[in-house]
Amino acid sequence: MKIAVLVKQVPDTAAQIQIKPDWSGIVEEGIKYILSPYDEYAVEEAVRLKEKFEGSEVTAVTVGPERAKEVLRTCLAVGVDRAVLIHDQENSFDPYSTAELLAKKLESLNLDLVLCGKQAADDDMAYMGGAAAQKLNFPFISLVVQIEILKETGKAKIRRQIEEGEEILEVTLPCVLSAQKGLNEPRYPSLPGMMKAKKKEIEEIKPADLIPDFASLAKTRQERLQPVPPRSAGRILKGSPEEMVKELVKLLRDEEKVV
Amino acid sequence: MLVKGLGISFDLSEDHLMIQDMIRKFAEKEVAPGAAERDRSMEFPREICMKLGELGLMGVNTPVEYGGSGMDSISYAIIIEELSRACASTGVVSAVQNTLAQLPLYRFGSEDLRRKYLPDLASGKKIGAYGLTEPSSGSDAGSLQTSAVKNGDSYLLNGQKVFVTNGTAADLYIVYATVDKSKGSRGISAYVVERTFPGFKIVRKEEMLGVRASGTAQIAFENCKVPASNLIGEEGIGLRIALTTLDSGRVSIAAQAVGIAQAAYEAALKYSKERSQFGKTISNFQFIQGMLVDMITSIEAARLLVYRASYLKDKGLTFTKEASMAKYFASTMSEKVTSHALQIHGGYGYTKDYPVERFYRDARVTEIYEGTSEVQKMVIARNILGG
Ligand SMILES: Cc1cc2nc3c(=O)[nH]c(=O)nc-3n(C[C@H](O)[C@H](O)[C@H](O)COP(=O)(O)OP(=O)(O)OC[C@H]3O[C@@H](n4cnc5c(N)ncnc54)[C@H](O)[C@@H]3O)c2cc1C
Repeated sequence: MKIAVLVKQVPDTAAQIQIKPDWSGIVEEGIKYILSPYDEYAVEEAVRLKEKFEGSEVTAVTVGPERAKEVLRTCLAVGVDRAVLIHDQENSFDPYSTAELLAKKLESLNLDLVLCGKQAADDDMAYMGGAAAQKLNFPFISLVVQIEILKETGKAKIRRQIEEGEEILEVTLPCVLSAQKGLNEPRYPSLPGMMKAKKKEIEEIKPADLIPDFASLAKTRQERLQPVPPRSAGRILKGSPEEMVKELVKLLRDEEKVV
Repeated sequence: MLVKGLGISFDLSEDHLMIQDMIRKFAEKEVAPGAAERDRSMEFPREICMKLGELGLMGVNTPVEYGGSGMDSISYAIIIEELSRACASTGVVSAVQNTLAQLPLYRFGSEDLRRKYLPDLASGKKIGAYGLTEPSSGSDAGSLQTSAVKNGDSYLLNGQKVFVTNGTAADLYIVYATVDKSKGSRGISAYVVERTFPGFKIVRKEEMLGVRASGTAQIAFENCKVPASNLIGEEGIGLRIALTTLDSGRVSIAAQAVGIAQAAYEAALKYSKERSQFGKTISNFQFIQGMLVDMITSIEAARLLVYRASYLKDKGLTFTKEASMAKYFASTMSEKVTSHALQIHGGYGYTKDYPVERFYRDARVTEIYEGTSEVQKMVIARNILGG
């Protein structure tokens, strides 16, 4: 099988994110970046499929800055064969052009399957899998928790989670699947795996190499990133129980207007 | 790594950071959750050893051709520190497995011995241990009494070893015995003894203050038959093997001490910001701040000593003195830091509801095993004074 995994480097989910004073983005200094957690499931699944079907090849693709190579190394360390970094420079925010770039690269790979996380842990946009599928003219299934490849028929049986239960679907390959927690238990990179990953090349592509008029492609622009207003401190009512209840009812009615 | 012109760099390389990332995540998810329970039950972390082996973390410095990862000593120090931050028992179990059990083989063993034993140790399939200390010889290891008598194509071992870390779980033991008591320390030889050899016995498991899940045991040999080919190197070089191994081992114990202290510091820092007295969190009080400052400053100093000893080793330079300095300083530091952490927790720190009492107990042994602090001072003194 030829499999591609779409991955994104995001700030560590445990990091304290600060928004720049001019609201132009987040303060990057001192932040640790990681592979987006849902992408980990996608990568793990791709590697497991590769181990199951001999002769398979897994390519991880990301659109991002230079430092995004770190997550590609992580992918290579757990068994991904090839890694591609599409440098993001100009339209770094626009998900529309990111999907264009990814689709363009994926087209050239002659794929059976594309995997991605259900959403990126930084912007939670949950856009890329569906958008890439649309551009590739592949079917798309989100929130997948189990994948069974039916080699003979060129289809896959998919289990996905919905609120009331689980949905079982059959889909023709190639397709795009987005991974939900529960799909698998991602492995840790081994020391030998990391050392092997160091020797593998990361293919680097400029956006214009994929799409000549890339610069004029953007359709979404991030105007600003504003912090949520700080929560005001709680209030502690004083007095006898009767007084406090009276005061509370008054506050709920007149100030908070919830009753 | 050298920075041009300066000759010194305090940055970990990209590889080291990646390894640190991986091992920290592993330790937090797979090792830390069971640490308190293992401390209580004294259960050896066998399953964790298996997983560590799969990740190449049980033969970090062991050459690749024998199934190891062939990595540098700084990577190794990082790994032991992070494991110990999660669970001190797992830290020392791994340190013994990595260094005490394997270094004698890959540095001094025959090609056959290396091929026979190293791959299974480096992959965690088998557990290794190290038997040097005896009831009547501890710091004075050269006076050990266990005897080895050559008998055709095997040796017969008789004697006892105490405080054998990994002892209850091990499949094989590096055992030091003398072939000729009249030669003193020059009669000492090292052997690989498998648990299944006739005449080998596990006498008892030690019940200890700390590192309680490390499977530390007393073992005995009663006419234990060991194939002559299991002699490591040649007769009479045993003490050299033991001391060479301990140079590296000491750096890993120093790394363990740093890991335990780091865990204690993080717990104390967090607690100081949560606990309120006199209307404010205790982190506002200068006496508490002073403790926290002493803690983190000495942890960082100790870590640098660990890195320096590791760095010298990787460059192929002598590092005996620096290993002893790292171990002496880091273990003393760890005892103080864990004591401060307990103090910052007040009465709650003295209970099993918080992990700091365990850190305090675990840290204590780093001042004892692989050479007591007094022995480290002797080594350092000999090095600076000569003779
Ligand atoms: C948990 C644990 C695990 C261990 N694991 C192992 C293991 O895997 N393999 C192994 O072989 N050993 C192991 N040991 C043994 C350990 O290395 C010894 O306990 C240590 O070397 C000290 O020896 P001892 O206990 O006989 O003390 P002693 O040597 O009797 O020392 C008693 C006291 O006298 C001091 N002292 C001794 N000589 C001098 C001197 N010349 N000058 C000044 N002071 C001196 C010591 O510092 C100490 O304070 C372990 C010990 C423990 C507690």
